[in-house]
Parts: sequence; C-alpha cells; structure tokens
Amino acid sequence: MTPLLEIADLHVRIGSSHILQGIGFAVPATGVTAVLGRNGAGKTTTLKAVLGIVPKTGSVRLDGEEIGALPTHAIVRRGLGYAPEDRGIFAGLTVTENLRLAERGRGPHRYDLVYEMFPELKQRGAQRAGTLSGGQQQMVAIGRTLLNDNRMLLVDEPTKGLAPKIVTEVADVLERAAREVPILLVEQNLALVRRIADHVVVIEQGTVVHTGEAASLLSDPDLTRELLGVA
Amino acid sequence: MSNIVLLALTGLGLGALYFLIASGLSLIFGLADVLNFAHGLFLAVGAYGTWWSSTHLGFPFVPAVMFGVVAGTVTAVLVETLLIRPLYRRTIEQVLVTVGLSLAGVALLQAAFGADPLTFPRPEWATGTTRILGAIVPNDRFLLIGAAVVVLVAIQVFLRRTRFGLIVRAGVEDRTMVTALGINVRTAFTLVFAIGGAAAALAGALAGVYFGNVSPGQGTSLLIFAFIVVVIGGMGSVTGSAIAAVLVGLVQQFTSFYAAAGVGEASVVLLLAVVLLARPGGLAGRAA
Amino acid sequence: MTTTADASETATADDLRPRPDSPRRRWIRRGAPVAAFAVLAILPFSTLDLPGLLPGPANSPGSLQLLAVCLVFAGLAATYDLLFGRTGLLSFGHALYVALGSYTVNIAVTKLGLTLPAALLLAVLVGLVVPALLGAVALRVNGIAFAMVTLATAQVGSILVMSDPGRLTGGEEGLPLAPDAIPAFLSGVTNTANLYWIALGYLIVVLAVIAWVVASEPGRVWQAIRENERRVSVLGLPPYRFRLLAFVIASFLATLGGVVHLFLVGGSSPQITTSNFTLAFLVMVVLGGTGSRWGAMLGGVLYTYLDHRLAALGTSDAVAGLPEVLRAPLSEPLFVLGVLFIVMVYFLPGGLASLAARLRGRTR
Repeated sequence: MTPLLEIADLHVRIGSSHILQGIGFAVPATGVTAVLGRNGAGKTTTLKAVLGIVPKTGSVRLDGEEIGALPTHAIVRRGLGYAPEDRGIFAGLTVTENLRLAERGRGPHRYDLVYEMFPELKQRGAQRAGTLSGGQQQMVAIGRTLLNDNRMLLVDEPTKGLAPKIVTEVADVLERAAREVPILLVEQNLALVRRIADHVVVIEQGTVVHTGEAASLLSDPDLTRELLGVA
Repeated sequence: MSNIVLLALTGLGLGALYFLIASGLSLIFGLADVLNFAHGLFLAVGAYGTWWSSTHLGFPFVPAVMFGVVAGTVTAVLVETLLIRPLYRRTIEQVLVTVGLSLAGVALLQAAFGADPLTFPRPEWATGTTRILGAIVPNDRFLLIGAAVVVLVAIQVFLRRTRFGLIVRAGVEDRTMVTALGINVRTAFTLVFAIGGAAAALAGALAGVYFGNVSPGQGTSLLIFAFIVVVIGGMGSVTGSAIAAVLVGLVQQFTSFYAAAGVGEASVVLLLAVVLLARPGGLAGRAA
Repeated sequence: MTTTADASETATADDLRPRPDSPRRRWIRRGAPVAAFAVLAILPFSTLDLPGLLPGPANSPGSLQLLAVCLVFAGLAATYDLLFGRTGLLSFGHALYVALGSYTVNIAVTKLGLTLPAALLLAVLVGLVVPALLGAVALRVNGIAFAMVTLATAQVGSILVMSDPGRLTGGEEGLPLAPDAIPAFLSGVTNTANLYWIALGYLIVVLAVIAWVVASEPGRVWQAIRENERRVSVLGLPPYRFRLLAFVIASFLATLGGVVHLFLVGGSSPQITTSNFTLAFLVMVVLGGTGSRWGAMLGGVLYTYLDHRLAALGTSDAVAGLPEVLRAPLSEPLFVLGVLFIVMVYFLPGGLASLAARLRGRTR
C-alpha cells in the first residue's frame, strides 16, 4: 500500500539551532501513526514543518503531490487538519465562532459528527473559548479538524495536562476518528499510544532513529527504554 | 455649565477624529503587526481628495467626501499590495517603508498643492451653531461625533457578523493558527488596510471641516495622538480605541481650557504613561 | 534540544568579537579613517572647487557651512544608531534631546543672560538628568509601546516649544542666538571654519565614545539584548539598566549635538523638535546601515547633503526644463529622499555599509 504522506530530508534551522536534521518517514493511509521521542527531540517542529508553519527545506509529498513549497493555508486546504500542542483555540471568540472559522470550502461541514462526539460544544456554543476547561478546549481543537473532509489529521499532544478521565475520552474520540481518516499523532502518553497507535516513528535530536509497528516496539521493554528512556 | 457642555462636545468631536484614525491603525497593527506611519498619508489623500473634487469638479459636500474616501481607500489598498505585502513577516522593514511613504507622500502633496493651508469647502449647515443647555456649539462637532458613531457601528457589525470580520478578530489573536485552518490571512490584511484607509480618509475630510483648512502636514499631529489612542486602548481592539479616543479628546480639551496651552497634550502623555505602567497591554489588552 | 540551542547561541556571542585581521587589512582598517579625518580637518585650507557638488570652493563659507551641517548630522545619526542599531530600541523621540541642547544653551545666553560656559554646563546637566528621568519611565515598556511613549513625550516637547511659554522659545518663529552672547571666533561668516572644526570635533567625539562603549562590556550586553533578551536576563544581567545606559549616553550625545547645531545655524528652530526630525535620523541610519561602525555616519552625511543640495537642484536649469509632473516632486527633497529610502529598504537592506562589504567581497 502506498503511503499517504511522505517526508524526506526535512531540515529546520531556527537562529543558530539546527532543530530538524534530515527527518524522513512515511505515513500509511490508514490508522494512527505515533511520533515518539524525548522532550525537545523535534516532534512538534516536524508537524509544524509539514504544515509550513516554520521555515524548512526538504520534501513533503501528500498522495504523491509535492506540497513542501506551498504556503500553510494552501497545504491545509489539500486536506490536512491540525490540532496543535497548545490547542490553538481563539480565546476571545465563542465556541461556535471557533468552529465556524474552521469551515473550509462549501462543505457540507460535519457539525452532526462534531456535536455527536462532543455534545458539550453544542451546549456551550455561545461561551467564550478562553473560559473553557483544558479538556473542553481540546474538544474544540479536535472538533475543528473533524468539521471538514480531511485526508489526514495532525494532532500534537492532545492529552497534555488533562485529567485521566478526559484522557480516556480523548482516546476514544481519536480511535473513532482514526477509522475514517489517518492520524499523525505526537504523544508522550505511552499507554495511549499502546492503545490506539498502529505505527510508530521515533525521533531523537532531529533525526529518525526508529520506524515500525507500534506493537512490536512497545512489547519490547528493552528497545522502548533505549529509544524513549521509559518502559 | 455652558463651558462644560461646549468643552465636552468639542472633546468628543476631537475624540471622534482620533477614533477614525486609530481604529484602522489598531486593526492593522493587531492583525499584521505593522505600525503604519503611512496612515497620515491616507488621511491627507482623503482631505485633498475632498477639497479637489469640490473645487475642481464642483461636487457638493457629501459626494466630495465620498470621493475623498474612495481616493484614500484606493491609496491604502495600493500601498498594502504593492509595498507592504512583498515584505511579509519582515515587520521592521514594513514600518520603515511606511515611514518613507509618509515622508515622500506628504512632500508629493506639498509639490502638487503647495505648502500653505487651503481653505476647505464647508457646507453651510456645518458652519452654523446650535444652542444646547446654554452653550453655543458649532455644528461640525455633531458631524464629527455622528460620523465616528456610524463608523464604530459599521466596523463592529463587520467584525461580529461577517466571515471576514471573524477572520480579522481571530487573526488579531493568533495569525499563525488562522493560516493553519486553511485561511489565506493576507486577503484580510488588504481588507483591514482598505477599512483603515477609508476611515482615515473620512477623518481627513472631517478634519478639513473642523479646522476650516487643509495642509500637507495636518495628518502628522493627528496621527501622533491617534497612535497614543491606539496604545492606551490596546493594540487590535476597536472598542478599546473608541474608549481611549473619547478619554484622550476630553482630557485634552478640559486641561487645555482650565490650565495653560500645552498642558492638554502633556496630560494626554501622562495618561499614556499611567495606563502603560498599570496595564502594559492597554485598556482592552489582557493584563500582563 | 534546549541545552544545545543555548550552547550554540553562547558560542555565537563569542564569534561576534572582531576576528583577527591580516596585518595589512588591520592597517587599512585603522589607517583609512585617520587619513579621512585628517583630510577633513585640513579642508578649510583647500580652495578645491567641485562645481555642482559644493556651492563654492571647499574653503568658502557656503561650502564649509554645508559640510559642517553634514558632519553634525553624521554625529547625530550615530547617536540614534546607538539606540536603534546597537541596542534595538526604536525611539521616535530622539529630536527631543537635540532640541534640549539647542534651546537650553540658547535660552540661557539669549534670554537669561548666562555666560556661555555656564550655559554649556547647564546643557550638560539637563542633557544627563532629563534622559535619565524620561528613560527610566519609558523603558518600563518595550517594543512598540516604548516607541509610542518616546513619540508622545517628544510631541509634548514640540508643542511646548511651539506655544512659546514665557516668551522663552520664540514659538513657531524660533529663537535666534544673541550675537553678542557667543565669543567672536564663533560668529561671523569669516569664522565658519572654526564652526566646521567644532562640528568635525563633535563627530569624532561621538564616534570615539560609541566605538569605546560598544567594545566594552555594555556594548556586548546591548548586542545580546538585541538578539535575545531573555537570555540576558537568565545570565543575571538586568536588561533594563543596560538599556537605560544606552538611552542616556545616546541622548546626552544628541544634546551636545544640539548645542553644536545651535552655533552652526545661529539659532533654534522648532523644526528640530518635530517627529519628522526624529524620522530623519531613522532614515539616515537605515540608509547608511544599522549597527555598523560607519553606516550611520555615512547615512547622516548623505541625507543632509541631499536634503540641502536637492533643494538647489529643484530650482536648477536641469530640472526647470522638465515637464511640471516631474519638476514639482523633484523640487521636494523629502520626496526624493523618501523614495530613495523605500528603494534602499527593498534592495539594500543593510544600507550603504553593506554595499561596501559586498564590493569588498566581490573583489577579493
């Protein structure tokens, strides 16, 4: 099966720091691909580089089409949904306005799906997003990506700072979403990765040090410890 | 009492001018990070456009003002697309270009229309006065205040009710995330320049009515106070600009009248210092 | 990653110290400016005639006056660069301090009857105290807010001067310097050469002070502040105090420049209090090249020269033959300078100083 997203020789330099040093991997067209690695390895930067949010060199191909040179908005319009690490919601806008802003093209926009998964967003439609709890903000961030017919979701640490009960809810949502659209997921929570990820990519100091099946990495405690420093 | 009424209405009128200039400056800065020194040029184009169409084309007052506003808007859009946009993300260079534009633009107007103030065509009803609570108030004050209220409402409707308004409000908060939702935020840049240019041009025409004449450098002094209004109100907030404009206009009028000349301006600067030290983000900004 | 980033950034700070040159290049680097200033110093003895470039022979009062004004503005531009180019402080109120120097001395001798030495002492005093006070407040905020506070403060100064309080400043007319208040060797057309040397001396003092302070510890901290403020705070250095130091030094030197300007033009004009006067410094610095040894000076000379000569050009025969649409704008120096400035921002962002470096890079 041909991969949906192919990244090759991705470099990012910010100031005098060489943050990504030739990242390359492929994301299959189904399931969840988890990007793992220690803090500061370059996981978040990899997602931002794919989306053109940080200046980069290298190749990014979506379904065979080279999109590396496009501006961010054009890359996203090719069918990528992005939920960033800090959630990227607009605090001064209402929940409904946050969702409306994310509508792309003529639609139809899948509010039914979003409101079915997150009924709370419908109840709190008129509330300012800045006053939501962390978990609710994450719902807005993920809900935005589900609104459009995306070909892939890029989700950055969706469970960071959330209570265990909410983490389970988010995992449920991602698992369900992954049945319809492939997800490139950055995540530190290995229990979550174990539960929903099919493939893994391990990054260390700006380079890829391991790719493969999620199950085979995480069932090997020695390899996990070596690559991630944890069991 | 009559003094207070007159001073209050004159202060509000001046505040109205400040608001018309500051609202655009604030949106442009909030969305695009550009400190727009060329805004004084948009204002001057509006003033001279109104004057020219009135004296050379014989336009009555309202069509003449519309002519001036269109001229200012077109200037603003041209400036954004031709000069600001190629320097996207290089904010210092963008500010420098607007500084160059303000110098060259004012000089060009001076070359075309002369350095001396030109008498501005005022409609008869604007030169009259109205008695309110014992005060004899020039009618142009009401024109200024009315225009500013209309513009304030129009901008708020645009920001709250339209998709572009939604994009502008979101872009002021986090421009990168707006593009990451697949929105080309540069279209919104052009739009805020157009809105800012139109409002500034209207301010230019109304300043002509208020001062009775128009001169190439008129925009500069107004621009400085508009900058102060933007900072006091909070960058990117139109409501904050409106409140700050009223505040600055009133403080300036009352202190100038009850203290010496120059004290009005000094108190405005004092107000700026106090606001910045207490709330570095301005009145509408989040306390930092 | 954070640790690597910090390590590499610290390394760049060290890298930015001057690299050892070859002996020959070092000789040129040090010798060329000395030679240039020596030539400038003996210029009043030269009868060299450059028609079109100068209004008369080099030692004629007209030429010396023009050159002296260029030199003063070169020095003033360098003081502005100390803020903008070296420390990254975007001030829109530098004119205030030039005006402070000019008006303080002028009012002291012309209106208050002080002796010139007393007036100069007073200027030194206010030139240190006023920037220290205003800077202490303005520097509480950063970036655009700082720019706005300086702009607003200078505007108050401008309005104050224009309103002619107590008939001290002369309002919009300006205040001519009382002829008998200054020593004979500084007055009269025949003594233009003396004024020229004072202007040259001022420029040399400014450049020397800036070169010295930039090479010492504050200079390195300024550079670090400009590049990465947070790192400076992490190192335990208070950016606020170092900024204030830069602000006071630059403003004090500008105050001295205002005094020289006063002698040179024989009075104080409210023009030097306006925001456009500050913007002119910004234009000079960017034209010449920010944060470089000679850039601001070159920009100051070029701007001032063009500003004066373009006015003459506007009334010259060459321009008079052009159609009206071209002639009118060309007779406005600020139009030409503004357009030139925009062109430079687009095509030569490093200013004239980078042009020199580019040419050197090509020939080597």
